[in-house]
Amino acid sequence: MDFNKNYFEIFGLPVDYAVDQELLGDRFLDLQKQVHPDRFAAGTDQEKRLAVQWATLVNTANETLRTSLPRAIYILGLRGVELEHNPTLPAAFLMDQIDLREQLESIEEGEGNLEELDSFRQKMRQAINELQAKFQEALDEDTDKAERLVYELQFLSKLMVSANRLEEKLLDY
Amino acid sequence: MALLQITEPGQAVDPHQRKRAAGIDLGTTNSLIASVRAGVAETLADEQGRHMLPSVVRYTSSGVIVGDEALTEAVNDSMNTIVSVKRLMGRGIKDVATLGDQLPYRFSASEGGMPRIETVSGNVTPVEVSAEILRTLVDRASATLAGDLDGVVITVPAYFDDAQRQATKDAAQLAGVNVLRLLNEPTAAAIAYGLDSGSEGVIAVYDLGGGTFDISLLRLRKGVFEVLATGGDSALGGDDFDRAIAAWIVEQSGYAKPLASEQLRGLLMASRSIKESLTDNAKVDIDFDRDGVQFKGILDRTTFDDLVAPLVDASIKACLRAVRDAGIELGEIHNVVLVGGSTRVPQVIDKVAEYFGKTPLNNMDPDKVVAVGAAVQANVLVGNKPDDEMLLLDVLPLSLGLETVGGLAEKVISRNTAIPAVRAQEFTTYKDGQTAMLIHVLQGERELVTDCRSLARFELTGIPPMVAGAAKIEVMFNVDADGLLSVSARETSTGTQAGVEVKPSYGLTDKEITSMLQASFEHATEDANRRSLMEARVESGRVIEALGNALAEDGAALLMESDIHALQQAIEELGRVSEGEDHLAISEGTELLGRASEEFASLRMDAAVRKALAGRNIAEVDKEI
Repeated sequence: MDFNKNYFEIFGLPVDYAVDQELLGDRFLDLQKQVHPDRFAAGTDQEKRLAVQWATLVNTANETLRTSLPRAIYILGLRGVELEHNPTLPAAFLMDQIDLREQLESIEEGEGNLEELDSFRQKMRQAINELQAKFQEALDEDTDKAERLVYELQFLSKLMVSANRLEEKLLDY
Repeated sequence: MALLQITEPGQAVDPHQRKRAAGIDLGTTNSLIASVRAGVAETLADEQGRHMLPSVVRYTSSGVIVGDEALTEAVNDSMNTIVSVKRLMGRGIKDVATLGDQLPYRFSASEGGMPRIETVSGNVTPVEVSAEILRTLVDRASATLAGDLDGVVITVPAYFDDAQRQATKDAAQLAGVNVLRLLNEPTAAAIAYGLDSGSEGVIAVYDLGGGTFDISLLRLRKGVFEVLATGGDSALGGDDFDRAIAAWIVEQSGYAKPLASEQLRGLLMASRSIKESLTDNAKVDIDFDRDGVQFKGILDRTTFDDLVAPLVDASIKACLRAVRDAGIELGEIHNVVLVGGSTRVPQVIDKVAEYFGKTPLNNMDPDKVVAVGAAVQANVLVGNKPDDEMLLLDVLPLSLGLETVGGLAEKVISRNTAIPAVRAQEFTTYKDGQTAMLIHVLQGERELVTDCRSLARFELTGIPPMVAGAAKIEVMFNVDADGLLSVSARETSTGTQAGVEVKPSYGLTDKEITSMLQASFEHATEDANRRSLMEARVESGRVIEALGNALAEDGAALLMESDIHALQQAIEELGRVSEGEDHLAISEGTELLGRASEEFASLRMDAAVRKALAGRNIAEVDKEI
């Protein structure tokens, strides 16, 4: 066993985009019970250092596999696909994105209608779900397509972050 | 819930080997120390039977007084009597200036930008003041437990930032106590309540103390307390309620001149008792006549509620944010727990109940529950319960980031990330031949650098000269289990480790700590060498014991006979060196033994990881290993 294991192997899970979240959660707790620095508070410095390294790795692995976009990027990375910083995307997709941005802006300008924002977020969530399903399908058949879908997911995720931030602003959180 | 029993099982550690551990609640208004004795965690009293130690330190020309005896002089000698020092921990001289008229002290700046309070016995930093409180508590525990403490857990508000946590650790170092862990106050309370109820599920802990407010959401599952999200305000507490009443009295009295420090202190103390009376009474008769401020009249609960409503509402808003961050629905919260003396205010109870839609639990003493939870954790960490499965998984309370172009803050690790955590960020040079780079580390949620807390400025040096944009500088953020940040950097294309010089924006410099430690030795007329020798022996003893236990447990399974023999010899050798008087030789020997056992430590950790996965999916795990 070493630090070079991939995140799926760390939890003894199959390398697959679909992850059994409950199982992941269980194994995360089981592993932390063994490696967390608190277990070595009375130990030697070596043990403490190792424990911090292991617990950090387990946390990072858990976060990556728990959330869908980081998981998608990670699994592509395992297949040797390195994402580009400025990918070229289909014009139609970009037009849609601009349109969605404008919708969000008009919600903000129009005295911030919370109901409109809610339905906007609903729509976004659905679009993200659809992209995820497509990604799962494409992963084993067409890696290029899967890569393109991840870029699209990145766009939508960013938009979702903006929508959430707007909600926080409107609710004055 | 066998996992969480605090009663010692019969075959537990040999009682002679039981370690002395304590939990310390270092509060804004009051502090407590608790320990697990005969299986029960309880707070420890002083010789007069008092459990709560007012967090008040008075400096006189003839010595330092801590606690009740200092509090009685707080009004008459306000300049030399430091109260609510927790509010100043990890704060810069500029922050302190914004607290302005709330504080009666005279400040001057120290080397690291930390404020020093001018007193009759010289200038003191908040860290030193806190160390006095810690020392008093630790002495109490040593007397009660009949021996020096092996380690303590100190609680901090979950919302404390890096500088405030570091300052707390510095205070412990100054007081000469071994800190096993900094523990978030609401998490400590959750342990106490979780143990009490034994129920699994999501717990919300609403902790309103004298000077700080915290909200934490935790999930208790399989003996693990997992913090889902935390939030709050490190400058909101019962003190603010007192100030609201004081301001009201001044307004009613028509007194228009600025208040002197004695006047303010007197007003605040009167206001606190008025607030406390309003917990059980619908109105309070006030007859205040002191230092020129005169007011005779009635403060009723409704008026008081109006005065403090903005403060309580601010706390509820923080609850909203935390629930959102945790990604849970309100309905998923099983229990709401109230902690901190200020949760006795009826309006607080009402508004918390209204927001969470549940009657909050307050059946444990809100003043003691944090110390009790910390004592339970200290007992586990010190090694008294080796088979205990209780574990805490905590999160980073505030995002950590870096300054980028245009005075903007870029987040590197987001708030509520599970800790310990690591993140790397890549930068490049913008000029040909550039060999150094300035990095500004920030903490906070806001977009502008000026709205975030400045933690440190780093200068990366020794970057090999290259054309602009060719160098790849990787800056690593490491957050440990105490929530403390360390930063390292390297140039990745050549592998050059860049030099990092840390200048904490608010903390004490190492030099300042060293000189304070020296000063405290002189003060206690204790020989510094003697102390170094003792510390070296404690450390070598700890390593010898830990390694001995590890060999007994796993040596035969993981090591060759010859390796075991070599390690045992090394242990004996260190034992011999430790009997000598040379503290440097002991430290060196400890270091050597540590290195010799590195491989073994690594094998044990791997075995532990295998064990965690075993029994689940053996075929699969075996295949991988």
